[in-house]
Amino acid sequence: MSDRIFGVVGLVLALGYVWAALVIEESFLSDAVGPKAFPLIIATVLGLSSLAIIAKPDKSPDWPPLGRFLEVGFAILVMILYAIMLPEFGFVIATALAATYLTWRLGTTPISSVITGCVTSAGIYAVFHLILGLSLAKGPLGF
Amino acid sequence: METLSSLADGFAIALTFQNILLALLGCFLGTLMGALPGLGPSNGVAILIPLAFTLGLGATPSLILLTSVYYGAMYGGRISSILLNIPGDEPAMMTCLDGYPMAQKGRAGEALSLSGVASFVGAFFATWGLIFLAPQLVKIALLFGPAEYFALFTLAFATLGGVASSNQAKTAFAAALGIGLATVGVDTQTGVPRFTFGEVHLYDGIDFLVAIVGLFALSEVFIFLEHRHGEADASKKKVTIGRLMPSYALLKSCTPTMLRTSFLGFIAGVLPGAGASLGSFISYTMEKKLVDKEGTFGTGDPRGVAAPEAGNNAAAGGALVPMLALGVPGSGTTAVLLAVLLALNITPGPLLFTQQPDVVWGLIAALFIANFMLLAMNIPMIGLFTRVLLVPPRILMPIVAMVSFVGIYGISGSSFDLLVMIGFGVMGWILRKLDVPLVPIILGTLLGNSMENNLRRAITIDNGNWWTLVDSPLSITLWSLAIIGFVLPIIFGKVLKARMKHMAKDEEGATID
Repeated sequence: MSDRIFGVVGLVLALGYVWAALVIEESFLSDAVGPKAFPLIIATVLGLSSLAIIAKPDKSPDWPPLGRFLEVGFAILVMILYAIMLPEFGFVIATALAATYLTWRLGTTPISSVITGCVTSAGIYAVFHLILGLSLAKGPLGF
Repeated sequence: METLSSLADGFAIALTFQNILLALLGCFLGTLMGALPGLGPSNGVAILIPLAFTLGLGATPSLILLTSVYYGAMYGGRISSILLNIPGDEPAMMTCLDGYPMAQKGRAGEALSLSGVASFVGAFFATWGLIFLAPQLVKIALLFGPAEYFALFTLAFATLGGVASSNQAKTAFAAALGIGLATVGVDTQTGVPRFTFGEVHLYDGIDFLVAIVGLFALSEVFIFLEHRHGEADASKKKVTIGRLMPSYALLKSCTPTMLRTSFLGFIAGVLPGAGASLGSFISYTMEKKLVDKEGTFGTGDPRGVAAPEAGNNAAAGGALVPMLALGVPGSGTTAVLLAVLLALNITPGPLLFTQQPDVVWGLIAALFIANFMLLAMNIPMIGLFTRVLLVPPRILMPIVAMVSFVGIYGISGSSFDLLVMIGFGVMGWILRKLDVPLVPIILGTLLGNSMENNLRRAITIDNGNWWTLVDSPLSITLWSLAIIGFVLPIIFGKVLKARMKHMAKDEEGATID
């Protein structure tokens, strides 16, 4: 069943791709093939393979129970927040928070998670910024 | 003779203080990443590319660092196979069969050092194979025009699923998805934006490094989050290492096995669609048929450890042949190495050998150096590596995630790329659940543009005639190979995969019972 749904999503993707390819504005100076032909070939492959997946689906994978799904969902959310907040908070604080959260959710006790998170963040900062000189996001406190 | 003098030049380039230090660092990190279950060679190299890139290393030093990581990870994969019965990466699956029983008999140290020696032998001969075979392949490749290149790219994609692929539709889907992603951005030939939806960040296209790190490294983190329970405890088992050095008699008894399987593995690596996993699989099965007269394979026979290790490391070296000579990688990890080259603005292929021989031969020399270093490092330091296996994933995985973010942020300094990377991570997680291979996606994003350019060049040269694609014997051969390579697994893939799985399961069951 999962494969069928996946195939349908793939088919929709292929159709969307065809549509997006057809609306490409061609410039008046074009080569013999033009910018549309190759995407259309690829869309055909995408569509045909989606149809094949719908026609002959594999066994469904073991989807995790709802709780685990939420777990992954929250982790994604935290990472998105991390990406957005990185320039605001600065590298060290944002990374410490995100690493603490992930460590905690992977089964560490809260207190040692906070310690691990801070150590991870400080360690990465020391290695990549202080030793290797990589420029990392600067926060309001200058690190 | 010319080859040897080029090789000597290569050593002259590679043997600087900085490069040796980088090789040492790379070998060390690579072995660690290979040893940790879940972080295979592809992941290892993927996480480190952006770093090598942002550190501003030159082309040759970066290559030396990352190929050392590549070889190191191939070595490291066996450590967890032997000690924990969990393959560190896919090619190391076969090493579990005899390695783990050996460890249970208290001969873990011997198994580890023997497999280290076998890895060395495999990689050593494969590097020589690379030296002699790649220039020959270059001569053929110089005959290729755009139409042949287009056919060659198709061949690479068609065979990427491998002989053991179970679902070719999914491989094709993944390849098309990857190539489709590569078409995002301003069209290189006419300058019109495609599939950007007005988003300025997308005009440059999607950075393949962002895609690679997201698909490989981040999706691994999600997989761990999903299976939090159970797996984390696997590393707590206690194993006694036993004596470290294999006896001379043991080495001698394994030598014929190592030589045979090095050869076999190398061939498997060069051929499209085979790769290291298959290399170690055929090596093991061939040796089992050939020398296993008493039925000791699967119960801790040292030759059963030497065979797959020599085979998979030889295949890793062999896989570099098509990657360097044609610019078309045959396996997942070489696809990641191709990304390294492209990120450094080096286009692999026949012209690389004539235009930038210093890069090619420096790289080959680096392979030799890495190989010797790994041998020297692996036997005395095995205790250290085994201790690293005890670091629980709950601490390790957040570090992997954070280092991935650092690398990508270091390249562009924009939050947008981080968000795209998270998107790829989620996509990678879902696709992995659905058993869709990720490597074709990566290869698609890497090669999509040059595939399209070759197609358009070929047809423009022939005034819009599409039949030009099948106009020469060479391209017809390539197309036929592509079709055979794609269709064959549909018929035989399931059987082969089932046999690989069956064998692994059988032997595992036997040891547990």
